[in-house]
Amino acid sequence: MTAVTLTRPRARAPFRRWSVLPGFGPALGFTLTYLSLIVLIPLLALFLKAAQMDFASIWAILTNPRVLAAFRLTFLASAIAAAVNVAFGLVIAWMLVRYRFWGRRIVDAVVDLPFALPTAVAGVALSSLMAKNGWVGQLFVPFGIDIAYAPPGIVVALIFVGLPFVVRTVQPVLQDFEPELEEAAATLGADRWVTFIRITLPALAPAMLTGFALAFARAIGEYGSVIFIAGNRPGLTEIVPLLIVIKLEEFDYRGASVIAVASLIISLSLLIVINVLQKRLGKHHERG
Amino acid sequence: MSEVRLDRPALRDPRWARAAIFIGGIGFLLLFVVLPVATVAVEALNKGIGAYFKSLQDPDTQSAIRMTLTVAAIAVPLNLVFGVAAAWAFGKFDFRGKTLLLSLIDLPFSVSPVIAGMVFLLVFGLQGWFGPWLREHHIKIVFALPGLVMATIFVTLPFVARELIPLMQEQGSEEEEAARMLGAGGFRIFWSITLPNIKWALLYGVLLCNARAMGEFGAVSVVSGHIRGLTNTLPLQVDILYNEYNMVAAFAVASLLAGLALITLVAKSFLEWRYADQLALTRR
Repeated sequence: MTAVTLTRPRARAPFRRWSVLPGFGPALGFTLTYLSLIVLIPLLALFLKAAQMDFASIWAILTNPRVLAAFRLTFLASAIAAAVNVAFGLVIAWMLVRYRFWGRRIVDAVVDLPFALPTAVAGVALSSLMAKNGWVGQLFVPFGIDIAYAPPGIVVALIFVGLPFVVRTVQPVLQDFEPELEEAAATLGADRWVTFIRITLPALAPAMLTGFALAFARAIGEYGSVIFIAGNRPGLTEIVPLLIVIKLEEFDYRGASVIAVASLIISLSLLIVINVLQKRLGKHHERG
Repeated sequence: MSEVRLDRPALRDPRWARAAIFIGGIGFLLLFVVLPVATVAVEALNKGIGAYFKSLQDPDTQSAIRMTLTVAAIAVPLNLVFGVAAAWAFGKFDFRGKTLLLSLIDLPFSVSPVIAGMVFLLVFGLQGWFGPWLREHHIKIVFALPGLVMATIFVTLPFVARELIPLMQEQGSEEEEAARMLGAGGFRIFWSITLPNIKWALLYGVLLCNARAMGEFGAVSVVSGHIRGLTNTLPLQVDILYNEYNMVAAFAVASLLAGLALITLVAKSFLEWRYADQLALTRR
């Protein structure tokens, strides 16, 4: 059987659809130049710096116990903080969408405070709050639990910076979620809890997963709010971004670049995976 | 967005669940968000209002205020022009590779602030690409104002663009095309048609961009070199004072930044409430 190609000879698609509006060239040209000068070329410099080294030395840097400990701590603290944020982010989104109460608009605005508050301010405030003599920290002293200058402090700072990501991803999905589905479940005899677990939660799951990923990715790179509360002891409470800064201060630019590239690749690929996953989940849900 | 009708019996949560959600949600926000901000005010006024104002008059703090205002005054307008240009190209035209380029604009949000600062060390620092040449010509970029500005532009680059692009895509370009048919030139179209349509979204983006520009710590910290009274911005001054255990001064400076954050939030909420229809629906 001969293979017959049925495609018509196609004219090459034009670079852009024709428009009567002027200014496409200058606008795109300026956009690309600016983006290249500020973001792309400097990031390229980072990758080239790391690529100058041979594999063995890159491996030696990344498997150094201090570096490994920093990565372990950063990922673990970020994952815990993001998980806490998913749970409470859902509660807060639920409260804001489903309930009407006095001051709802204020509570809604407060959720954005971590976006607006400079990280250094959050850092000093949380660390004085969670220190042994701080308002919250002293409550844990009788139990022998240190929050500030210990790993729990890092988690607290990362919860602070990550919270809005989860609330702002879940909230609009819950807002658009059609209550008819819940009503149908109720008429079929499901109680509120079963309806929530079987109907509402699956619909919110992609948004919660996205919120988790966004909060997690942000937490991996977070610096300002963490370094004040962490205590920064090498191998114990030293996060990856701080390790990069320490390497830079020692003028070990190569070491810093290798660690930076590793952490950048991890957080970018995480976001890409989540993007793909979310598209698939979204489609699945649409089909029912 | 239509409001969910909440009086439906099937949507009513049991009383204990409502109570638990309220206590959990409000409690969590109080503990993790409100209390830290309250701490700033309490610690700043710990030794009285006199000590508060005195610590703000310290010459290094004054120069940090000037530095922060200078950096924001350069970085924010540049990102505004970038945002408008990008929104014009992406919002009004269709071309190949648009989706990829759009994700590149958001890239700075996914990069750690520390990395955002260090890339400029690698380009302009002494060991960097242009380091030796800059040194020969006595041009200082890192550990000086230009480095601070560039790092700030990097981290705040997406703010204006990501507000305007979805809005201008939603609005389409019929009005602009009509103006063009009637003989208006490019700038005329922009001033009389496009700008009035996007002005609140533009303000919204500038507001967020400015808040981040004035509050950025990690990126600026890496390129500043921490030269007191010369290359310190307000967040860096908080860091220095805090490490000197000068708590009242550290929190006094922090309270300026917290005040800025609160003003930004109020203005942002006002815009969202008053001009919701003129902000992008697909935002965030």
